[in-house]
Amino acid sequence: MLLNYTVIPAITYGSQLALGAIFVTLIYGVLRFANFATGDMMSFGTMFAVLLTYYFQSIGVGLGFLPTALLTLPLAILAMIFYMLFIDKFVFKYYRESKSAPVQLAMVSVGVMFVTQAIIRIIIGPFDRRFMDGEKFILKASEFKAITGLSEGLTIKSTQAITLVVTIILVSLLFWFLNKTKTGTSMRAYSDNEDLALLSGIDPKRVVMITWIIAGFLATVGGVLYGLDKSYKPFVYFNNMLPIFAAAIVGGIGNPYGAFLGGYVIAFAEILVTYAYKKFFTYLLPEFLEPDSLIQLLSTDYKFAVSFSILVIVLLFRPSGIFEGKKI
Amino acid sequence: MRKYSNIIAAYSIMLFLIIMVGVFQSWSIALSILNYCLISAVMTMGANIQWGYAGLINFGIMGYTALGGLAVVLVSVAPVPEAWSAGGLNILASLVMIIGLVFGVKFIFKKFKNHKYRNYLITFSIVIGIILIRLVAFPGIEAIESVDPAKTGFLGGLGMPVLFSWIVGAIFAAGLAFVVGKIALGLRADYLAIATLLIAEIVVSIIKHEDWLARGVKNVIGLKRPVPYEIDLQNSPWFINLVEKLHQGKLNLLSSVSDKKDMLNQLVIDASSVYVKLCVTGLFLTVVIILLILTQKALYSPWGRKMRAIRDNEEAAGAMGKNVVKEHLLIFILGSAIVGLAGAMMVTNDGLFTPGSYRPMRYTFVIWVMVIVGGTGNNFGAILGGFVVWFLWVEAGPIALFLINFFTTHLDETNTLKVHLIESAPYFRFLMIGVGLLVIMRYRPKGLIPEKINVKKI
Repeated sequence: MLLNYTVIPAITYGSQLALGAIFVTLIYGVLRFANFATGDMMSFGTMFAVLLTYYFQSIGVGLGFLPTALLTLPLAILAMIFYMLFIDKFVFKYYRESKSAPVQLAMVSVGVMFVTQAIIRIIIGPFDRRFMDGEKFILKASEFKAITGLSEGLTIKSTQAITLVVTIILVSLLFWFLNKTKTGTSMRAYSDNEDLALLSGIDPKRVVMITWIIAGFLATVGGVLYGLDKSYKPFVYFNNMLPIFAAAIVGGIGNPYGAFLGGYVIAFAEILVTYAYKKFFTYLLPEFLEPDSLIQLLSTDYKFAVSFSILVIVLLFRPSGIFEGKKI
Repeated sequence: MRKYSNIIAAYSIMLFLIIMVGVFQSWSIALSILNYCLISAVMTMGANIQWGYAGLINFGIMGYTALGGLAVVLVSVAPVPEAWSAGGLNILASLVMIIGLVFGVKFIFKKFKNHKYRNYLITFSIVIGIILIRLVAFPGIEAIESVDPAKTGFLGGLGMPVLFSWIVGAIFAAGLAFVVGKIALGLRADYLAIATLLIAEIVVSIIKHEDWLARGVKNVIGLKRPVPYEIDLQNSPWFINLVEKLHQGKLNLLSSVSDKKDMLNQLVIDASSVYVKLCVTGLFLTVVIILLILTQKALYSPWGRKMRAIRDNEEAAGAMGKNVVKEHLLIFILGSAIVGLAGAMMVTNDGLFTPGSYRPMRYTFVIWVMVIVGGTGNNFGAILGGFVVWFLWVEAGPIALFLINFFTTHLDETNTLKVHLIESAPYFRFLMIGVGLLVIMRYRPKGLIPEKINVKKI
């Protein structure tokens, strides 16, 4: 029961948030600014995937029961990396080299946000788009009942399974890269102490370039997964920036592990607090105690507000995040 | 005089642009753009006080604007007695309980300083408190919302004059700023930006979803106005006479009496809307000028100097015995109060309160672009930024449409690219503003009219 409506959606949503949060954290750690264009960069990557999916569908290429978007994902990532490097070269590089204050870079990212949003809306329009195809469910409620003999059904949407699998693969690859390879180590060194890293002969240009490439990966994959699970709408992506920020800060900004877990913390909190426990209690409690209203701590309208409140609480009591990030 | 020549030039160009809109589109549109420019100018002044004077980055402008708007509803709308009798008591009781809860948590926090179970105790009392408050408030909310839901369904306001609500809006915003400042001002700059943005989102979502307060997303329409209504003007003889006098020459050209009458009617209708907007403009202009005088005085006072000292070097200012934390909080409250005032002005101008329309894009980021483009730390610059960016924001669509038509004249009407571009013309405003911001930040990082500090020669 709980599994169906809370745990599984929370894990899915949490994975999507986690990818975004790692993106924010990486940019913050290596490039040292809060990237307000996060949501729109994710949206931009997804846009490529959506357009390519439409194109592939029109020429009849698909993956059978898997969504076509998985096929277009690598191409979208490639396009996104080009976009990221392009932006970095023409916008962020100047400020990085002139050692501007982080606030200034954040304002610049607001400018990038405006431009990206404009390009997205000019190319694809502001409308809601579904680009999910292929099998919708892996496990239907009725099948589950038949298999286990329980009275409540369990459904697993294929998008949820895909999200989980892709996230696990991507995140473990990323952590392997950061911890085991030489480039990853140099990235972490650069993030920890720039001057020391430069002294030991790390090439900052290379580190920055690789950060943007990884960021391109994360943004596109996170965006496409969210789009597959729900639907693609530019405005929603912009709004998603806020829970992503919350996840990154809760996890301790600058710390990829923290960001990864922070995504799940936020997702679980949002869903558990706004979940209607009525049915849950009807199973646990005896008949005479049965609640007659939806037992909710807060109504679902406050979904976003919950994650933001958590953020405020964390900022108040543990400003460096639950999992120790950078000092602020 | 030369010192001010660029300011005068910039404002003349702006005025000229607005007059051009009046000539080419219509005077009514030009005036409503001007009114919104003035509102934006007030908002940018608020943001400029925080960012330009003290270097505090506040991305929560949206929240303060919304609170200012809420104040207009709560002050000026007539009260709904049925709703009060239906659920007023419950609401008041739960308000008391919320206050009690806050103080209770504070008490536990202070009392059990080093206790092992403190955090559990706090969590437990909050959860119990929320459940109790919901139990008390819920029937009240239900009852209030069921009172004539199509028209009221909320508690209504106090039925006081609308101008008074502007002050209340400022006070509301100041109150919120006090709380936010207490929570968040210790944070580093970009954290502060994110925290204020998220708190503003919380505030807006509360206003949006608590229907008993201000009807939530169902909007409140038909708010009171501090200026005459068009329909009253159209029926008052002095106004008709005035219009007749102004358009004597035009009317004399027509021969038949009925034509003359129709023409006069049309003129009166047009003139009444222009007249109302002019009244609003006058009102707003007064506010802007008063604020401008006050802020200019503050900027060049010892207090302003202290603020700049804190902004430029916090440690040094602290070492000189200035209370940095207190001053930051004060300036945060002042700036937010001005933004709240602007929010109240905007709702008054529109005559309706639409919580659903408060979005970070429009009410935080665009305002910030105004401040950056105009010139941080300079009030004239901030006002100019408000004018320029708002003008672009409104007129970007028509300009983009014109450009698209101009560049695609050789394509035929049904060309997909052309149709697509024309459809997406409104989104060019984001592009223009984004590119504008990037260009200004790169080549003129201090804005169009940069900050100038005059030092008296001894």
